Amino acid sequence: MLEQIGSMIFQTDFVFSIFRITAPILFAALAAVVAEKAGVTNIGLEGIMLFCALFGTLFAYWTQNWFIGVCSAVVVGVFFALLIGFFALQLNTDIILAGIAVNTMSSGGTIFLLYMFTGERGNTAALTSSKLLIPTVEIPILNKIPILGDILSGHAVLTYVAFIMVFLVWILLYKTAIGLKIRAVGENEHAAESVGVNVRFIKYIALAISGVFCGLGGAFMSMYYSQSFNTGIIAGRGFIALAAQAMGQGEPVGAMFSSLLFGFAQALRTKVSGIQGVSSNLISAMPYLVTIIGMVIYAASTMRKVKRRNADKEKNQ
Amino acid sequence: MSNNEYVVQMKGIEKVYSNGVAANQGVDFFVKRGEIHALMGENGAGKSTLMKMLFGMEQPTSGEIIVNGEKVTLTSPTVAISKGIGMVHQHFMLVPSLTVAENMVLGMEPKKGMFIDYKKAVEITEEYAKRFNLHVDANAKVIDIPVGMKQKVEILKALVRGAKILILDEPTAVLTTQETTELFKELIHLKEQGFTIIFISHKLKEIKQITDRLTIMRNGKSMGVYETKDISEQEISRLMVGRDVILTVEKEKAEPSDVVLKVRDLEYTDSWNRKMLDKMSFSVRKGEILGVAGVEGNGQRELVDMLFNLNVPDAGTITVNGQNVIGTPQRKIREMGVSLIPEDRMTYGIASSGSIEENVISDRFDKKKFNKGPLFDMNAIHAESEQLIADYKVLCKNYKQQVGMLSGGNIQKVVVAREFSCNPKLIIADQPTRGIDVGATEFIRKKLVELSREGVAVLLVSADLNEVMELSDSLVVFYNGKIAAYFEDTSVLNDEMMGEYMLGLKKQSDEEIRRVCHE
Ligand SMILES: Nc1ncnc2c1ncn2[C@@H]1O[C@H](COP(=O)(O)OP(=O)(O)OP(=O)(O)O)[C@@H](O)[C@H]1O
Ligand SMILES: [Mg+2]
Repeated sequence: MLEQIGSMIFQTDFVFSIFRITAPILFAALAAVVAEKAGVTNIGLEGIMLFCALFGTLFAYWTQNWFIGVCSAVVVGVFFALLIGFFALQLNTDIILAGIAVNTMSSGGTIFLLYMFTGERGNTAALTSSKLLIPTVEIPILNKIPILGDILSGHAVLTYVAFIMVFLVWILLYKTAIGLKIRAVGENEHAAESVGVNVRFIKYIALAISGVFCGLGGAFMSMYYSQSFNTGIIAGRGFIALAAQAMGQGEPVGAMFSSLLFGFAQALRTKVSGIQGVSSNLISAMPYLVTIIGMVIYAASTMRKVKRRNADKEKNQ
Repeated sequence: MSNNEYVVQMKGIEKVYSNGVAANQGVDFFVKRGEIHALMGENGAGKSTLMKMLFGMEQPTSGEIIVNGEKVTLTSPTVAISKGIGMVHQHFMLVPSLTVAENMVLGMEPKKGMFIDYKKAVEITEEYAKRFNLHVDANAKVIDIPVGMKQKVEILKALVRGAKILILDEPTAVLTTQETTELFKELIHLKEQGFTIIFISHKLKEIKQITDRLTIMRNGKSMGVYETKDISEQEISRLMVGRDVILTVEKEKAEPSDVVLKVRDLEYTDSWNRKMLDKMSFSVRKGEILGVAGVEGNGQRELVDMLFNLNVPDAGTITVNGQNVIGTPQRKIREMGVSLIPEDRMTYGIASSGSIEENVISDRFDKKKFNKGPLFDMNAIHAESEQLIADYKVLCKNYKQQVGMLSGGNIQKVVVAREFSCNPKLIIADQPTRGIDVGATEFIRKKLVELSREGVAVLLVSADLNEVMELSDSLVVFYNGKIAAYFEDTSVLNDEMMGEYMLGLKKQSDEEIRRVCHE
């Protein structure tokens, strides 16, 4: 059986699927990274993405244009992120509660809105056609190279965008004035305030950026990954992204690697579930198992220093 | 009429915080152009509050502020900065993970196209550092630089934003004697260039040394303005506290008995590969106060961390009454009878969002006395808190007040109240009177002596040379992670002798130093 799994992992379509599966998690993880850097915990990623997934398909359908669909998802993402900001920063509610509220509202809210706007119940399968989905691109030259071409070419536009965004977020955080302010606000907001930085404004900005990423992530799910909207579509990706943010130590590149790890686990699950004699329950737990293992490894590495000291001490006694 | 002599006029300032504390009650505060003006007063007198209003961080409930002859409404620091006001806060306002240069330009970043021009930021930092003779390492991360340099970064931050009026809220509280001397040179230099400086400090000597005039506050009111040269230290403290203060401590000769704290061959190399503790050995006995003197950064901080298991040494042993401390949970250490007044009160001393009551019972809430079956006995807890607040003269509304909202000095009193009242056998007091007014300092010192005479062993670490010399029965000097000298009797010491050992110019023989182990 292990042999079977081994041969699967080394197939190009498996590696290809890792990137496809990683992209939405990565979008959400970047959303978490930016918000967390500004000291705001956006726990509402899951719910915001669900709203975005819905409006992405709806607008694409209304305008018969996938691009406008994606842009609308982004706008909706920003709207809900700012809504959380409004409750937390303006009305002083707890930001975690505001996030939870959005998450809870999303599952019922999307069904309601969908029905209200279209009369459809629960999913949009009837509304979408392949031309309303996010298109894939063949990268010239690259797609001629064996293996590499199969893995890297032919992804959806947004998959590439996700990985490019890692770099852009890094630039934003470490090379621009707004990034410096975001980091300062997140670390010591009194210090930032005392030099005249508008702390609340910066937090809104960070939330808005995280909203953009939720929009892209949500649109990716409904307009490419699942090809239509239903309420179970996000399936915990918003929460996995929070874990990816933490495991990546809050850095964009770190978050990318942890997202890839989750992507790998998910891809494996999809593959292995086809094999005879493997418990499907066990397999569906795999991505979450990987989350836990990742967390343990991370915690262990920070503990190492302390352990080394203790070991030295014992030696000396 | 614009009065050109005064740069700052604050008239009839009232400030009532949202929790009902009237921190300022009709304060008049006038500062002349180009002077160094001291603002003095007990902990909680309202000094920081008054200055926060001048810097736009708080808004006065009533009263008017006139800067450079123009009536202003300072709604935010941004507005204050635009009026040429800069402030160095009582607690540092720096972002630790950013570099010095990044902290300097935060909020006014130089840009090249879309990006921050980091090179320019470094240039700006270096230019200002040079112009004002405040040397800092522009590329170092703030987390890595010593407090003295942090203080300079804070001053430069104000200057680079064009401040002509500088507010310094207890800038010397965290500085060593040497750093203070250096800072004063720089302040005089600034004054000569036409800057106006408002200076808050509890150290009377410093005030006498550097300021031109002073305003004294008490209980949220101004007690008048004085020419520094016309007023004596005694008079100042009487005006502040309302009675005479005696800072020299009367103490009987110590009669030390058994060893309580035993430290042997402690070694520690930090993550920058600096040897912070080098075969350090000493003992503290029941009934004595052992002082630790030395320039900050010579191993004091590391030692204290090890004594409370906040850090683990590379080698060596620490025992309290024969019981091992290394690797022992803090709760167990406390059960052994060790109490700690930490240097960094905001991080290790208190939970700032908790109430006074929660903070003072945090080490004893599980005691029988405070529990009725599975529940707390709230009456007993309230009674304990009220007693401590009264005993230690914590200025607050009641025990429910959030500790973070107390004035700096009163936060320290809360820490001291808890640590002194838990029946300790060993007290580790790291800068116990930092940022505390003369009245409270007197109180804490007396209390320390009293406890030691009752048989508590005290390890006193202090950057205030006078304090260690005065308070300790015997004393060690730290230099480079080693003990450079041990003095059994502190009454024969003077500043100069100490200075030689502190700067590493002199060192006692190993036999002489070995005496501190009492073996
Ligand atoms: N943010 C706040 N909210 C409520 N009360 C406050 C706040 N800040 C200060 N206070 C109260 O106002 C009073 C004056 O405090 P302030 O910090 O101005 O004193 P201070 O003179 O600077 O004392 P210290 O020398 O100890 O720093 C204190 O009683 C304090 O508890
Ligand atoms: Mg103060």
